[in-house]
Amino acid sequence: MDKTPRTLPRKSATFDDYTLSEIRRAASTGIYDIRGGGAKRRLPHFDDLLFLGASISRYPLEGYREKCGTNVVLGTRFATKPIELKIPITIAGMSFGSLSAQAKEALGRGATIAGTSTTTGDGGMTPEERGQSKTLVYQYLPSRYGMNPEDLRKADAIEIVIGQGAKPGGGGMLLGQKISDRVAAMRCLPKGIDQRSACRHPDWTGPDDLEIKINELREITNWEKPIYVKIGGARPYYDVALAVKSGADVVVLDGMQGGTAATQEVFIEHVGQPTLACIRPAVRALQELNMHRKVQLIVSGGIRNGADVAKALALGVDAVSIGTAALVALGDNDPHYETEYNELGTTAGSYDDWHEGRDPAGITTQDPELTKRLDPVKAGRRLSNYLKVMTLEAQTIARANGKSHVHNLEPEDLCALTVEAAAMAQVPLAGTDWIPGRGGY
Amino acid sequence: MNELDLHEVGVRGINSQLLSLPKNTNEKHWVIHNPKGQHSIAVGLDAPLQIDIRGHVGFYCGGMNSHAELTIHGHAGVGTAENMMSGVVWVKGNSSESAGATGNGGLLVIEGDASSRCGISMKGIDIVVGGSVGHMSAFMAQRGNLIVCGDAGDALGDSIYEARLYVKGKVASLGADCIEKEMQAEHLADLERLLKAANRKEKPSDFRRYGSARKLYNFSVDHADAY
Repeated sequence: MDKTPRTLPRKSATFDDYTLSEIRRAASTGIYDIRGGGAKRRLPHFDDLLFLGASISRYPLEGYREKCGTNVVLGTRFATKPIELKIPITIAGMSFGSLSAQAKEALGRGATIAGTSTTTGDGGMTPEERGQSKTLVYQYLPSRYGMNPEDLRKADAIEIVIGQGAKPGGGGMLLGQKISDRVAAMRCLPKGIDQRSACRHPDWTGPDDLEIKINELREITNWEKPIYVKIGGARPYYDVALAVKSGADVVVLDGMQGGTAATQEVFIEHVGQPTLACIRPAVRALQELNMHRKVQLIVSGGIRNGADVAKALALGVDAVSIGTAALVALGDNDPHYETEYNELGTTAGSYDDWHEGRDPAGITTQDPELTKRLDPVKAGRRLSNYLKVMTLEAQTIARANGKSHVHNLEPEDLCALTVEAAAMAQVPLAGTDWIPGRGGY
Repeated sequence: MNELDLHEVGVRGINSQLLSLPKNTNEKHWVIHNPKGQHSIAVGLDAPLQIDIRGHVGFYCGGMNSHAELTIHGHAGVGTAENMMSGVVWVKGNSSESAGATGNGGLLVIEGDASSRCGISMKGIDIVVGGSVGHMSAFMAQRGNLIVCGDAGDALGDSIYEARLYVKGKVASLGADCIEKEMQAEHLADLERLLKAANRKEKPSDFRRYGSARKLYNFSVDHADAY
């Protein structure tokens, strides 16, 4: 046996195991990889920010005794019936079709108990969802699947979807496995076909047309309902300014960690900006137009806990929205189903082939046997518990920074752990007074 | 007959009046004067009204209409009768792009020409165009009938689902997955019924039928070149 010392086998950082597996998969199938969820790569995020807390220069509020408000009013610009939520955390738009009817009902139940809103998705409004949602936002999407004026009038607010963070510039995708009889009927499509919905609206292009479209929706709904405009994190400064110019009451901004029911992996991981990078340009656009706090800003994409909520609010956001985290609260990717996740070739916590419709948790599926596993009442209770915990956490942080309302949090309460996060959030690098891009260095 | 002057009451005044009428109203016939090309006139109606608009209209006239019968005595802008559910929208002149977009039901008649994307994403509406339609008409059309008595522009029926397209004149080109199909008795009957409803004199036998080849319904890499 040759005793010459040898170097250890070394794997390429460029061609890592995941990359190699994707090359082999592509070579075998000839189809790009499709999955659900948002960006999984490491990104600058809220974890890279810290609150300073209070000391001598600022004094805190008593943790368990002094009041710290959490309510938010959305749609105060033009709508005659703005909506008031008890907490600044809403449930993001997710379609019936991508989710089971039970999951949609559970989202409505949980949101209602917690005093917040939930949102429809591509495919229209289901009676289960409307029935269980005190405050329901109706998405108005390019496909207009299931869109009708009767449901439009039943909604409490309307959200015109221009894009989403997982795929800014991309349309919807619901593969044939999930087009059940009911989903097909709501979308006026044959059963079992791949549904690829449009990426652009069919009857308007550009901000001037959008203004006319918004006015049409206001006319149909008697100028009562707040109108949101949802954009993906592409060019937030310009897109927010144009949404405001077009007459939006509320802008919803979704960063690249925001989830989707299904799209190409390459789209999710390589198009769009991280949530943290989107917030300050968006707030700056509102401030320059003198519309900050007049047009409310909702941010989504990777919100997980009360600290994330508080950090987003401190950067100038009015409310946040959760999608992936809400599904996890319902039971998505629960280790309880580990054996079944293994049978699908994955593991609890990593399952993202939502488009295949085989979700053991009964959430991202239309399979009648699987959907029965999700009890909408119990799952709704889990979601409301989670929302309450997030709210308590955000209040804890706000009080520690001396704020009597979570909206009083401000960038001056924050510092950043990395140069990248300091530049994106425009707060000082910890231990310095340096904000990259503000000059002086 | 009731009359409304848009110059006096504005678009909001017109729509708030019409939308406040109950479904069983006796005040069924309304005439709108001086529309002046304004947008969103008579949108979201939900009662069996008869409405005559005396002049040209802008975007989305008759949008999301249910039950009402609108006649536009002039030209119409973008998105005429978009997402119509039922009823009739009748344009005496020409209509701009995206006429009848995403319409679920009812009848849209355009006596003149329609522009590009006529019937885009239509979901059950019937559209009869006396003149010609522009490019990308019936793009991703899901259900319903589009009848064109003149010519059709490029990429007719691109990525079409189950809608039926009938063209009497020339088709510049067909879009992805759209093919000419055999005209059968049921199609001739549909044509006859809709041409009659639109007061057209053309003969059904003079039209050719187009629809989906259904080859792109489920993704296959062998069809990637079609996009």
